[in-house]
This record gives sequence, C-alpha cells and structure tokens, in this order.
Amino acid sequence: MNVPSILLWGFVATLVMTTIMSASRGLGMSRMSIPFMLGTMFTPDRRRAPVWGFLATLAMGWVFAFVYALVFESWDRVSWWLGGLLGLAHGFVVLLALMPLLSGLHPRMASEYQGPEPTRNLEPPGFLALNYGRRTPIFALIAHAVYGILLGAFYHLA
Amino acid sequence: MSSDAYPAIGDYAIIGDCRSAALISKDGGLDWLCMPRFDAPSLFAALLDRERGGHFTIRPTGGYRSERRYVGETNALETTFTSESGRIRLLDLMPVDSESNKRHELWPEHEVLRRVECMEGEVEVEVTCDPRPHYGREIPRLTRMGELGFRYEHRSEALYVRSEIPLSVREDSPGAQGVVGLQAGDRRYVSLIYTDSEPAVLPTFGDDADRKVERTLDWWREWASRCRYEGPYSDDVVRSALVLKLLAYAPSGAIVAAPTTSLPEVVGGSRNWDYRYCWLRDASMTLQALVDLGYDEEAEAFLDWMLHSTRLTWPELQILFDVHGETRLQERELDHLEGYRGSRPVRVGNAAEGQLQLDVYGEVVEAVFEFVRREGDLNRATGKILRGLGETVCRRWREPDEGIWEVRSGRRHHTHSKMMCWVALDRLLKLQESGHLAGLPVGRFRKERDAIRREVETHGYSESAGSYVSVFDGEDVDASLLLLARYGFEPPQSDRMLATCERLHQRLGHRGMMYRYLGDDGLGGKEGPFGICSYWAVDVLCRQGATDAAARSFEHLRSLSNDVGLYGEEFDAETGAPLGNFPQAFTHVGLIDAALSLAAGTGHGMGEPRRGDGHEVRDHG
Repeated sequence: MNVPSILLWGFVATLVMTTIMSASRGLGMSRMSIPFMLGTMFTPDRRRAPVWGFLATLAMGWVFAFVYALVFESWDRVSWWLGGLLGLAHGFVVLLALMPLLSGLHPRMASEYQGPEPTRNLEPPGFLALNYGRRTPIFALIAHAVYGILLGAFYHLA
Repeated sequence: MSSDAYPAIGDYAIIGDCRSAALISKDGGLDWLCMPRFDAPSLFAALLDRERGGHFTIRPTGGYRSERRYVGETNALETTFTSESGRIRLLDLMPVDSESNKRHELWPEHEVLRRVECMEGEVEVEVTCDPRPHYGREIPRLTRMGELGFRYEHRSEALYVRSEIPLSVREDSPGAQGVVGLQAGDRRYVSLIYTDSEPAVLPTFGDDADRKVERTLDWWREWASRCRYEGPYSDDVVRSALVLKLLAYAPSGAIVAAPTTSLPEVVGGSRNWDYRYCWLRDASMTLQALVDLGYDEEAEAFLDWMLHSTRLTWPELQILFDVHGETRLQERELDHLEGYRGSRPVRVGNAAEGQLQLDVYGEVVEAVFEFVRREGDLNRATGKILRGLGETVCRRWREPDEGIWEVRSGRRHHTHSKMMCWVALDRLLKLQESGHLAGLPVGRFRKERDAIRREVETHGYSESAGSYVSVFDGEDVDASLLLLARYGFEPPQSDRMLATCERLHQRLGHRGMMYRYLGDDGLGGKEGPFGICSYWAVDVLCRQGATDAAARSFEHLRSLSNDVGLYGEEFDAETGAPLGNFPQAFTHVGLIDAALSLAAGTGHGMGEPRRGDGHEVRDHG
C-alpha cells in the first residue's frame, strides 16, 4: 500500500467531506454534525466536543482511507468513479446500518423508545438520519461519494 | 379579532437567557418568543396576532384569578392561579448557568422550562403549545417522536416539546394540547427546546429539572448580589438591572433596546417600531447604568462589542446595529399580522439606521469615559477609535441631524445633539489630560469644543422664550434639554437651567409624567408621555437639590410600573399604563439613574460622584 498517499489524500478527502456536511448545516439543509456527535462521545462540554469530534473525524477518515486503499489494491485498479461508488456504498452503510445503531453505541444519545435519561439526552439520528432533516441522507451520500472520488482520483497504487 | 382578546401590555412579564427572551401574560400565555436570538423571526407571536401568531399556554381550565412575582432577585417568573377548587403555581424560566458548570453536562442550546405544581386542592390544568414559526407564516404540524416528545423542524431548525403532562395533536388543530387534573403536591414539567444546525439536546425531568431550576435561580441571585447600590428603592434598582441583563446579548455583549417589535406607542396607531436592535445611544446609557451599579463584566463586554461593530463604519458611527454588529437592517412590514389590538403595520428591521444622529458620538465617548473613570485603562486600539470619533465630531458638528428622537421630518440643528458633540470633545480632552489618551490634536479639539459651547449658548437658548430650546433659533422645547445638567454642560441650579426646567414642566409635564416633545415629528398620530424623560426630570430635581420633590416624583413613577416592576417606552396619558415595546431598557436606565441621583442627594451615595458633577478622571499611572 502507498501509505504516504493514503495519509495525504485521506486527510484531504476527510476535510472536504466535513466541509460539505458543515455547509449543509450552514445552508439550512441538515442538522447532522459528525464532529459534534463524535465529540459528545468523549465529553459533555459543548465547546470542546466539536474539537474532539473533529480530531476523531480526521482519525476515522484515515482509517477508512486505509480500507479504501485495501480495496483498490485488491482490485489492482483505481479510478475516481470506482472511488465514488465505494463512497456511495460507504454512505449507505453509515445511514442504513450505523445511524440506527448509534443510540446503543453513543453514551450520551437518547432513544425514541426509552426517552432521554440524565446522561443520555442527545437527539438520535434515526433511520437514514432523517431526524436531522429530510435532506440529511442526500448530503451524507454526496459527502461520502466525494470522499471516495477524491481517494479514487488521487491514490496511487503501490 | 377583538382587542379585548389581547392582554394589556402591562400584563406581560419577561423571562430570558441573555440571548432571547419570552413574554408571558398573567394568563400563563407565552405570547412572544424569537429564537435563537432577540431579532430572529418569532416562534410565538400571539402578542401581535392572537389567531396567527402562535402561543404556548399553561393555565387552569376553569375560572381563576392570577397573581405573580419574580422569585426574589431572579428572572424566574412565578404565577399563582387561584380557582374555586384549588391553587396552582406556574414557574417559568429559561435555564442559565455558568459556563464552567455547563461543561459537565449537555445542555440544550435554547430551552424554556415551565413547571406547574398544585399547591392546594385539585385543579384541572390545560397545556397548549401552538408554535407558528417565522412570524406566524407557518402552521407547523408537530410530529410525535416516541418518548422524546413532539417535534417540528424547518430546514436546519428543530423545535421539541417535551412534557410530563400527556399531550396530543388533534386533527382540527395543529398544536399539541393536553389536560391533566393535579392534586395538592403534584408537580409537572413542560419544556420547549430549540436547536439550529445541531442535533438537539433533550432535557430530562424530575430531579434533574429541579436541579436546573435551582441552578438558574442561584445564577440570577449571584448576579443580582453583585449590584453595589445601597440606597432608596433598591428593589426597583435591582429589578431594573435584572431587566437590563436580560436584554444584553451574551455572545457579543450588545444590549438591545427591547425584546419586542411593533408594540404600539398608541393603541390602534401606526407608531410601531422594531426595537430588537442595539442603539448605540441606548446601549451607552445602559452601560453607564451598569457601570454605576458595579457590573464591570457587562461594561467590558459592551465596549468590546462596540469596538467590533463600529469598525465597519469608523470613524463615522451608525446609530443602530444588530446584536452581531450588522449594519443593514432594512425595514419591512409584515402585512399578514394584524398587530397588537389592530395596531398596524407590524414592522421588522428599522429605517432609523440611515439617520444622522450626532449625539451618538457624545454618548459613546461618555460611556468609555465613565468606564475608564471607574475601571482604569484604555488600550491603544480604543484610543485610536476615540481619536477618530473626535475628528468626526470636529468635522460634522455644524451639520443638521435627525436628533435623539429620530424624527422623520427632516434634519435640523438640535441643541441636544450639539451639546453631546461638546461632551464628546470635552471628555476626550479630559482623557488626554489624565494620561489615558495620547496624540489628540488638543488645540483643535479645544477650539471646536469651545465653539460648540458658544453656538449652543447663543442659538440653543432663546431670550424671548426664556429657556434652552429644541432646535437652534427655535422656541419649542423637548425633554432632551434636561440632559444639559446631567452632562455638566449647564450647572443644574443656573438661572438658565432652572428656567428651562420650569418651562419643560409647564409644556411637557402631564400628571407627574413627561412627554418627550409635542411638536410635529413627521410621523402622524400622537404618543404618550415618555418613560425615560419622566425619570430625567427626577434626576434634574435631585441635582437642583429638590430631593423631596424628586422623591415624590419617583414614588409616583414607580407606581406606574406593572405588577412585577417593568416599564414600557411610554405611559398612557390617562391611565399611566405601559405603551410601546416592552420592557424597555431606556426607561429602566432612567429609573436607575434617578435612584442613584436620589441616593446621592439623600446621603446614600456610593462614594462616586454622579456624572455631570464636575468629576475628573483619575490620573493614569
């Protein structure tokens, strides 16, 4: 594997993905904030949570970049559209499988079935993260697809 | 809609979290709330349209009488409803706590917390939460979110309603409603949570909610305890300080004039303005009042905001800004709202943004001067800004302006504006003398200052009328002339000032209150006596040594506050009831200033001279 390429383009792709999601909130399209959601896993402090969350997002971005690289290496081919398809699949897994599970994984997230508790009172994302706005899945898929496109376009096979 | 359906303006009380504020009526109706900040579009606006505006009401289902109070020196409102079958108590607040405490648990971005408890007997209570976002333009359908409560969302905003009283949404009505029978000892919470651009944090009830209430009460008590005023009417002074604190936008330090828009100066009239902005003049006066009371943090925050917000227009000053210093506040009318008791139009934004009001320079410099006099230092950046303001005053003081009252009948040479230009240069020169400022063109500033004085004494005073006058070479008077003594331009007991005060009382005095002016202002219609002017008259009486008369006037004016000590901008000429946007910072500033002057006049001074008493700033270093 081309580790320097993974580190560089994993970093860039994660930044772009985070920026797209952030823009979706700024434009009033969604309330999904991955840094805030990840950060509140570590601290209840509203000011620090987004900072920790952002660092965690970067770390996860690198981890997934390694996974994408493994896939590209195993196919022995890489292109922007392959990366895009991988990103879309990744996005669907996150929305369909991970988000509904989050209530059980996140130490501060409430559930629609159990209500808020003193230590679990963060709004859950629900199916397709629709609780965070109807357009959330669209932006999440776009962001993940762009992440994959960037890795596919710029990763160099070892 | 019949005007009887609207509570009187004085039937409202305010709660808030220093970012937004809600008005709640004696009937338990939360009829005004803008989120996430004072000047954002409303979520509830029954204040301006009973049918379309939206409300959030908790009250007994049958007949009742209600009484209310603030819980001690806090901004938590307690309304007691007494019916034939029992008595319930409704506590309303917007939770606040110190930032350090909030780091240990997730707090909702914005919350209104309401607690109803049955004190005696058995009472059936109804809850209606009918939000109508964006000034009532939308009729949202609340969606049940399982155990999390009801939700409404629009773009990136979400509103949750959580309740220990079972709520439901009926087919024929968009809001959530519920009725519950409470017996003595029962206690239920209802919470409204707003979030924008983030997942919501949903509060829990029970002991957690009780703790949140206690922490909020403690926070306000601690803030109120920092007031260093010790003199007559201290309860009124602290209540006024608490109101001013509610109107300070914590994230930036800006202070809004009032939390409402378009409450009319005359019921049924068209003098309806949006006051949810920061007028430099009002904020400077508010700052001075807070400094006088010992609230230095708020003073520093405002100075920071002022330096930030005026940067775009420096060395010129715009007269008003939004809470983040935005200067474009285009005025528009909301035709779909009928207005308070039919008082149309309902306006948002404010066209006064384009006016020239030269007195603002004096107000801002005076605020900084007072801050330095009490607290100490100026940094170089502030010094540069102040020098620029002085240069602007030298360049522009000869121009006509719209004046302190923002008349829309054209620019004129207002005596008060010129006097405040004199104040600006005078205070800057004093700061230079004391070493807090350097590099002022002293000779030029002194020459211009003296020229302003000559002009005011020559053209601002009418020999034929025997008093100072509103505009140069005119005959009429307005209440801003009372400030000539307050700012030390004219000794309070000089013949000119005594004669001016007498004429002001004759022309503008009305049943112990005072109009700001009576001439044509280009707006049509008439208005009531003005709150702050009435208190300025008390202030001048104190400065003239007539403390008994001042105390009587003060007593009369405090009797005109509503049942929880709040004032509007104006009084009804016949009944003294509050009119205009509510509650109004300007009037509460007047009360504080008058009380401080009374305290000084009756030997309860706080060891500091009142402004205008020939004070000097302490030498630097």
